[in-house]
Amino acid sequence: MTRFLASIGRAVLSALASVGSVALFALETVSHLFRPPFYGREFWHALIQIGWLSLPVVGLTAFFTGGALALQIFAGGSRYGAEAVVPSIVAIGMVRELGPVLGGLMVAARVASSIAAEIGTMKVTEQIDALVTLSTNPMKYLTLPRVLAATIAVPVLVAVGDSVGIMGGYLVGVNRLDFNSATYLKNTVDFLETWDITSGLFKGAAFGFIVATMGCYHGMQSGRGAQGVGAATKSAVVSASVLIFAANYILTELFFAA
Amino acid sequence: MIELRDIHKTFGSNHVLRGVNLSIPKGSSMVIIGGSGTGKSVTLKCILGLVTPDQGQILVGGQNVEDVSRDAFLARFGMLFQGAALFDSIPVWQNVAFRLMRGALKRPKAEAREIAIEKLRRVGLKPEVADKFPAELSGGMQKRVGLARAIAADPEIIFFDEPTTGLDPIMSGVINDLIREIVTEMGATALTITHDMTSVRAIADNVAMLHDGVVKWTGAVNDMDTSGDPYVDQFIHGRAEGPIAAVR
Ligand SMILES: Nc1ncnc2c1ncn2[C@@H]1O[C@H](COP(=O)(O)OP(=O)(O)OP(=O)(O)O)[C@@H](O)[C@H]1O
Ligand SMILES: [Mg+2]
Repeated sequence: MTRFLASIGRAVLSALASVGSVALFALETVSHLFRPPFYGREFWHALIQIGWLSLPVVGLTAFFTGGALALQIFAGGSRYGAEAVVPSIVAIGMVRELGPVLGGLMVAARVASSIAAEIGTMKVTEQIDALVTLSTNPMKYLTLPRVLAATIAVPVLVAVGDSVGIMGGYLVGVNRLDFNSATYLKNTVDFLETWDITSGLFKGAAFGFIVATMGCYHGMQSGRGAQGVGAATKSAVVSASVLIFAANYILTELFFAA
Repeated sequence: MIELRDIHKTFGSNHVLRGVNLSIPKGSSMVIIGGSGTGKSVTLKCILGLVTPDQGQILVGGQNVEDVSRDAFLARFGMLFQGAALFDSIPVWQNVAFRLMRGALKRPKAEAREIAIEKLRRVGLKPEVADKFPAELSGGMQKRVGLARAIAADPEIIFFDEPTTGLDPIMSGVINDLIREIVTEMGATALTITHDMTSVRAIADNVAMLHDGVVKWTGAVNDMDTSGDPYVDQFIHGRAEGPIAAVR
């Protein structure tokens, strides 16, 4: 019994310790935002890797989700004779929830893994040590550019995803569910409030920060050898995804709780 | 002048360094020899601050390394890693010119590139190599690029971790001459790890033999053959029999 309690205690303590070290890591990253030197080229490179190259996967995900959402809401709404809500619910569901969460998750899969693998490999091949001996702070050179780029790029990806998702809903609505094109668009626009959209973009920024921070953190903590890098990559994706869901709930409470 | 006083380092249950004492006079070339896994690379990393010793002091130029600013301290160093540790996302010349393209030593791109190509030439690499990526090079070529990067900013103190491992005998000769030249002509202080006894004789002013976490013997390279130390004798003659166990 005491053994059991002790093992629970140890697990709790080690969980708390990793929460603390992630928090310190995030704080240190942000602190470098205010202390030169800055590595502009690394930032641009990260922006392209994280933002531009994620567009196809985020766009496709949003497109199919928007279409499926329209079908589901139509089916659900028809039970109450409320099929007319399809455009507005698709739009609100997309911009408030699905756009940011799905966008964040796709970026987590694509970006957290590649950041963790890249930095982890640099760690095990002593490239991080080499950076230090060349008077370059790895947090400034590797971490800050990626975290900053993701925090800026993911909201943009979310905005694109929102639009593409609404378009997917529109195409299904007009072609499969016999909505009038002009009515669909009017309903979409009329019921959408600015805060619906901006709250989703804020979420996107938070998720971008989470994804890149977890990628860098686990990469930097990577154990030795290929196995270490593999474990770091897995931890980065899993922790980024879970944290996205947790942060999504907390932000939704903050933004929309009555 | 670099001085190590009673350096200890443990990784988990592995007590690697057990009180290393070593002093390297300014402008001289010290070579550390010793069996594989005895902590030679760890010793270098301790001096650079990449590994924090559990105990002991490291003095560079009379100052405790913990008291001086890390940036100013590292600006005087060049380091060749055992595995070369090239940045694989940038081409060879940018690896070599890394220090010359950012920070205090920043200069125009064209000039940095020119210096990089000159340093590559000094380690026996043709200018064509400059635009390749590290992954396209052989192990020995990567090692030499690492060497070029270590000397790119003309540092005062240079560490070489196995500079000739993986090189053919002719290239080894080129590299040995280069290291000797850097010490005698540029007045740099060099600390080299090597298993290659030809290199030891070509590079060293002084030799230190690391075993069981301590410096077993240290002295001038000319005294190495007559040291009378059984560890040194076994090592330089490469005998399987002796005080150093063959299984470690
Ligand atoms: N970061 C680390 N974490 C855990 N153990 C380490 C670490 N770095 C080195 N060691 C251990 O320290 C010991 C000495 O390693 P080191 O790399 O200094 O050996 P070496 O003398 O350079 O050997 P070689 O000639 O083979 O390069 C080894 O047993 C190694 O496993
Ligand atoms: Mg070594």
